Amino acid sequence: MPAAIRIEQLTKDYAIGFWRKRPYRALDALSLEIETGEVFGFLGPNGAGKTTTLKLLMQLIFPTSGRAEILGRPAGDVPTRRRIGYLPENPHFYDYLTAEELLTYFADLFGYAGEDRRRRVSALLDRVGLGAERRLQLRKFSKGMVQRVGIAQALINDPEVVFLDEPMSGLDPLGRRDVRSLILELRDQGRTIFFSSHILADAEALCSRVGVVAGGRLVAAGRLTEMLAFQVRGWELVVADLAPHVLEAVSRRARRVTPIAHGRYALELAAEEVPEEAIRNLGAAGARLVSLNPIRDTLEDFFVRRVAEADAGARTVARPEVSSARR
Amino acid sequence: MRAVRSVALSVFRESVRDRVPYSLVLFAVLLIASSFLLGQLTAGQDVKIIKDLGLAATAVFGLFIATFIGIGLVSKEVERRSIYALLSKPVSRPQFILGKYAGLVLTLAVNVSVMTLALYAVLAWMTFTESPEFRAAWDAPGMDPALLKAIALVFVELMVVTAVALFFSTFSTPLLSAALTFGLYVVGHFNADLRNFDRIVDSTAAVWLARGAYHLVPDLSAFDVKLQIVHGIPVSAGYMLATAAYGACYIAALLLLSVVIFSRRDFK
Repeated sequence: MPAAIRIEQLTKDYAIGFWRKRPYRALDALSLEIETGEVFGFLGPNGAGKTTTLKLLMQLIFPTSGRAEILGRPAGDVPTRRRIGYLPENPHFYDYLTAEELLTYFADLFGYAGEDRRRRVSALLDRVGLGAERRLQLRKFSKGMVQRVGIAQALINDPEVVFLDEPMSGLDPLGRRDVRSLILELRDQGRTIFFSSHILADAEALCSRVGVVAGGRLVAAGRLTEMLAFQVRGWELVVADLAPHVLEAVSRRARRVTPIAHGRYALELAAEEVPEEAIRNLGAAGARLVSLNPIRDTLEDFFVRRVAEADAGARTVARPEVSSARR
Repeated sequence: MRAVRSVALSVFRESVRDRVPYSLVLFAVLLIASSFLLGQLTAGQDVKIIKDLGLAATAVFGLFIATFIGIGLVSKEVERRSIYALLSKPVSRPQFILGKYAGLVLTLAVNVSVMTLALYAVLAWMTFTESPEFRAAWDAPGMDPALLKAIALVFVELMVVTAVALFFSTFSTPLLSAALTFGLYVVGHFNADLRNFDRIVDSTAAVWLARGAYHLVPDLSAFDVKLQIVHGIPVSAGYMLATAAYGACYIAALLLLSVVIFSRRDFK
């Protein structure tokens, strides 16, 4: 199956400074391929280059070098826009239009008319929870409501590929849950979703693959299962009925001992320890095992490590011609 | 074509809901109506004063609407980032510019029509209340259809001003765009003086500079036939056509430049 999105060596420099302009690299040779039907999470701290990438894909800005293709056509190709949807970061629309009028306007641009357009607009407003506010002017909308309108307009044309820039931004917990279920629904319908976020829990819940960008550079990309490798970093045992002398002995061996409710203790053992042996010894000493869990890397651990590595790399590698300061 | 039409209708809808053009049109209509009272003070000149004031109000308030909405057409979209979602739809950048322009021209057409109706309503009242002997002394009939010629050229001039405002708004801030548009409007009305600059100044460089500006700046005085019309002096169809064609060429050039600049612009 051909890639839905293909990005090759995409680079963007801005000229900064008022008098003596100097180049400033917002994105540095980004290469990515996103397969059809994938939910791809584009992760990175604020100013890492996520929005720059999305703007390049939408041709809201032009690349300094490199190229990008969406559905086999160059990014910015107007006919291809009939097959894609885009939610910008912190979207803003026209103050004097109602939600219904805005969606009707955008539906009109795709050539929908009459009953089909009316039904489409109505169904989408209901889907994003704005059915009751459809005739309210957008200037009276809260940030979360504007975000919901933004999501609705991105889906007005039943897009094959959906680009969402920080889709959870400004949403309350209920709104975030709704958007998560919407993304999963779109995934189940076979659509490709490329979303940027700095909220890792969203990526863990939704993505089949992620890319981590920091300082304008891609620092990691792959399947979550491969990236995290599910390597065991240690073991967590929760035990009850621990006699004081046993607790003292265990404290010397465990990395950490944390008292928890009902006289129980959480013991953190190193990865090299054999948990079966510890369980046997504790059992012999009269303690009762409540639970045993391996401690693995979370996406957050992975993210923090990679971003820190990228920062350290940027400090040691001098790039005299183009600064890669973060945006 | 559909995209241009959709963008144009959205501009029209938004400007109709914006209170600024409404209040400007209302103010112009009030001014035209009050010219009736002013006319009463000047025996024998009343109908001329009403026509003068009516046409001037149409031109000036049209200018305000064209400039203040025109400068925000593109810059407001970029500043508020509403352009991001719009340009991800099947709308090319040239279609966006043409749609924005067409939308404002449509708004202006409606506003100028309202002002024209108000002017003719006042003139109709004058015509039917004055005695036939008094009317016979007028240079031109009260409800002179030739007024439409002056209004048509005011409208073409407003279309040129809109294109100027749109052009500036593709690359500069609203404040600077407004200043440049008004500046160009004023210079455009004194364009003939630029051609004859050598009669006032000795410096060759200044004369060449003035000549260059003369060719670059639109000759807006060509669109002003208000005085002739008010005094009943005929304006030929040939002049009307040639002036409209001149305006069309200038508008086309400005829109082309706007499209070229806008098509290369990064929306950071």
